[in-house]
Amino acid sequence: MNGRAREGGAAGGGAAADDLSFDVAVVGAGAVGAATAFFAARAGLRVAVLDRGAPGGGTSSAGEGNVLVSDKDIGPELDLARHSQRVWREELAEHGHHWEFESKGGVVVAATLASRDALRALTARQRAAGVVALDVGPDELGALEPGLRPGLAGGAHYPEDAQVQPVLLVAHLLRLARAAGATVLPHEPVTGLLRSGERVTGVRTPRRSVVAPAVVNAAGTWAGEVAALAGVRLPVLPRRGFVLVTEPLPPTIRHKVYAAEYVGDVGSSDAALQSSPVIEGTPAGTVLIGSTRERVGFDRRPSRAALGALARGALGLFPALHAVRAIRAYHGFRPYCPDHLPVIGPDPRAPGLWHACGHEGAGIGLSAGTGQLLAQALTGGPTALDLAPFAPDRKGLAA
Amino acid sequence: MPTPVESGTSELRDPRDPRDPFDVAVVGAGPAGLAAAVTAAAGGRSVLLLDAGERPGGQFWRHPPPAPGSAEGEDTVRVHHDGARFAALRRALAHHVARGRLTHRPGHQVWLVTRDEDGFLIESTPVHPGTAPVTRRARARALILCPGAADRQLPVPGWTLPGVMAAGGAQALWQGQRALAGRRVLVAGTGPFLLSVAGGLAEAGARVVGVWEAGSPRAWASRLPAVARVPAKAVEGLGHVATLARHRVPYLTRTVVREVLGEDRVRAARPARLDAAGRPGPAGDEVPVDLVALGWGFTPSLELPLQLGAATRLDADGSLVVTVDDEQRADIPGLWVAGEATGVGGAALGVAEGTLAGLSAAGRPTEGRAARRLRARIAAHRAFARAMHLAHPVPAGWSDWLRDDTVVCRCEEVDAATVRAAHDTLGADDARTVKMLTRCGMGWCQGRVCGLATALLASHHAGRAPTEADLAATAARPLAFPVTLGELAELGDEEGGFGGDAVGAGEG
Amino acid sequence: MNDDRRTGDHSRTDDASRTGDHSRAHGDRGAHGDRRAEEEGARSLTLHFEGRALPARPGQTVGGALVAAGVTAWRTTRGRGRPRGLFCGIGLCFDCLLTVDGRPDRRACLEPAVDGMRLTVTNPGEHPRADEEAPDADAR
Repeated sequence: MNGRAREGGAAGGGAAADDLSFDVAVVGAGAVGAATAFFAARAGLRVAVLDRGAPGGGTSSAGEGNVLVSDKDIGPELDLARHSQRVWREELAEHGHHWEFESKGGVVVAATLASRDALRALTARQRAAGVVALDVGPDELGALEPGLRPGLAGGAHYPEDAQVQPVLLVAHLLRLARAAGATVLPHEPVTGLLRSGERVTGVRTPRRSVVAPAVVNAAGTWAGEVAALAGVRLPVLPRRGFVLVTEPLPPTIRHKVYAAEYVGDVGSSDAALQSSPVIEGTPAGTVLIGSTRERVGFDRRPSRAALGALARGALGLFPALHAVRAIRAYHGFRPYCPDHLPVIGPDPRAPGLWHACGHEGAGIGLSAGTGQLLAQALTGGPTALDLAPFAPDRKGLAA
Repeated sequence: MPTPVESGTSELRDPRDPRDPFDVAVVGAGPAGLAAAVTAAAGGRSVLLLDAGERPGGQFWRHPPPAPGSAEGEDTVRVHHDGARFAALRRALAHHVARGRLTHRPGHQVWLVTRDEDGFLIESTPVHPGTAPVTRRARARALILCPGAADRQLPVPGWTLPGVMAAGGAQALWQGQRALAGRRVLVAGTGPFLLSVAGGLAEAGARVVGVWEAGSPRAWASRLPAVARVPAKAVEGLGHVATLARHRVPYLTRTVVREVLGEDRVRAARPARLDAAGRPGPAGDEVPVDLVALGWGFTPSLELPLQLGAATRLDADGSLVVTVDDEQRADIPGLWVAGEATGVGGAALGVAEGTLAGLSAAGRPTEGRAARRLRARIAAHRAFARAMHLAHPVPAGWSDWLRDDTVVCRCEEVDAATVRAAHDTLGADDARTVKMLTRCGMGWCQGRVCGLATALLASHHAGRAPTEADLAATAARPLAFPVTLGELAELGDEEGGFGGDAVGAGEG
Repeated sequence: MNDDRRTGDHSRTDDASRTGDHSRAHGDRGAHGDRRAEEEGARSLTLHFEGRALPARPGQTVGGALVAAGVTAWRTTRGRGRPRGLFCGIGLCFDCLLTVDGRPDRRACLEPAVDGMRLTVTNPGEHPRADEEAPDADAR
């Protein structure tokens, strides 16, 4: 069998030298980088996407594919999530079947009256910000999710929560980007930046130079390393998470179901293990069980504490899963910024360098909005959402 | 044979201090594990031997259980080969168990190993309810992993029909319980193991219609020096050949199964000759069969060493194996690995490696004459194994016999066209991405059967040779085996203060 | 057992028509060439497979007993509804899953045959475990 030449012109096809020239070079071919490339190419820019490994090989392939509005309190991230929802359901709607976009809805459950009250206050704030958030009484939870244990204090239903298959998402976004003229360069680590004085004018890999007046740092959990190449600090740290995967089951769990404490975990800065159950079914029949968060650097070995916490959390919500077997576990490293907001937009400290990274555990869901906004900014136009809260030189990222 | 326990009764509990670690834990009671365990025990160490099998011997020394009413003794067990060595190891096992130095837990599947500052924690689960006593958690200062290997497979059209089995599986059925999986048998693939399987089935009364060996006999001619270092292997091989001759089993070389035919079960197979480039020619006439036993070498089971982060390399047969030093130490402090997991090479090599690992882990001298002899034996067997691997490669053109609808991943029913589309349409150029896009390797068996094919196809479509990373994509399993959420829920209590199921070395 | 092909020298068996249809669980088609006389009389266990009685020997696994009785498939796949039985034979491929005495997804190739065992097929759309009370020490 012969390998086919890759769409979009991998290096060497026709040009004399390996060096290439584009309008935008996106560093990192995960969900955010792929979405940026897709929208930028669609906007008519000449785009290159580089990755040190396989596209989607980083955190994008280690998550669950969450597209949520439910887990964010009011603020810039919720605004971004709502904007992202619009992009998923409008500009990206025709492609949704490629990445198994499923608007299954989310159900948040509160175990105690105190957490239920906090949840009610949260849904009230979210509704005021335009989120569809329905308070659910304890008696109605069973109708939404028959397997939930009795005795819960109440919950909330978010019909807008959705799920995608993230590796399919990355692959198809890149395919569509290539169809719009983008070039994808996998297995090419960016080892340096091209500079002209203070300006960033491109990137260098072991194989070639890629000239581009705009370089987008979409390197996820490794975005700090890319920023350092430009001499700027971006305090992105890895926040490890594990997911358990069960044996294939008949349809058991209808929504993404998680405990009200999850929102607190996401917003916590604690380095120690935090765990709050997040459970959902998949089209393949397996049930995914998350979530854990801890700051242990890039330790890739299985963790007893994390796996045990995942199982206990799941059984706390769905006790009938007791004899169901987990057949697999995997882990990933969320890119985490100290003020829990992503970094999106131009970097005034290094003109020509842009960032689209630091999305913690929401990168898949926020990729659509981030990519679309950044493409708007890259073409010089106004952005649908104010990017100031996500600026790389904001106070929340200092020191 | 353990009798089932009615629901609701409690399992036997080990009355030991769960915080008292064993000196050495050995996982796997095949040739390497048995040798390691008895050697470490002989060195005065407290040893825990955990094995998924109900009886020791692993795959190599699989044997039926004793007849009801008879006591199972080492003299009454008949194994396929090297019976004297197995008998000696079993005697030693019984001896050390009786002396209280060695705790043997058969029927225990180890599913997670982790390491902390006090040593290793080993989680296991009984394979069958009714297993007693049960040890779910153990702690050990040193760990010797001897997890063995399983048949490697290559997909072929029709291979998912009932009546197609792994060669090792067909042999295991006969050796372990005297059940024949078919009466008209075709044995195919590559490697000397096919001769052993065919001979055994023929002796058992099956009609073996042929052994179809993809390799070429000339491939051995240039490797005779390696063969000469282990004359016992040549003798063994000739023995198999003689058995096949006695049963008039045709042995065809450069021949592969091109497709398996049948509606709801195997009815026939069609052969093809391989050309000099390893590509299959057109399919020949149908040969009626009711069992096709396929084997393409072996894949070591690496999930436990990989859980600990042990370094690996690619061996001469293209398998991912653990890298060890000249004392069988892996690069993780306190971890030894022996047997097939360091390189597929057979029972005798496994025994030698296990013995050396046992000496080393027990802190016994590894410089003396005994150790030198072991190392010489290991070197000779590894050279032989290398020659064997190079003489029996996966045919370069094997994927030519795939059709678009040929299933590659049996568990998730992913076909060859889908795997190719992952590259052609979605740009996947490595096995991990192919796995994530197609679900190859994400079913129940977690890539044990399709891992090799997925790695080979992914790299082939990308126009390059397979790398370690390609194989690791389906070799790493943070959960080595399926385990219930209920069992997982008990993780996190490292002191073992719950349940009393943890076992310590305190008592013999 | 009344199969007259039980004994005899099977090495001369090359009549293609003797490979019958083994996809049905007709228990009396089995005896694949057992040559050891002492085992002939030792089929002292009875298993119940989908309502039929199957003989088994102590020490056999459920998978071995099924195969020896001529049953080569007892499961259909989730995706394409294709038949599966034993493949790897040693507990690694998970093709041979079967419900044993109400416990779903047991590997037939490992499960020891016990007199009176009830073997049933778990259809892809069902999952008895989802309704189980928890915890049960034997449910794994």
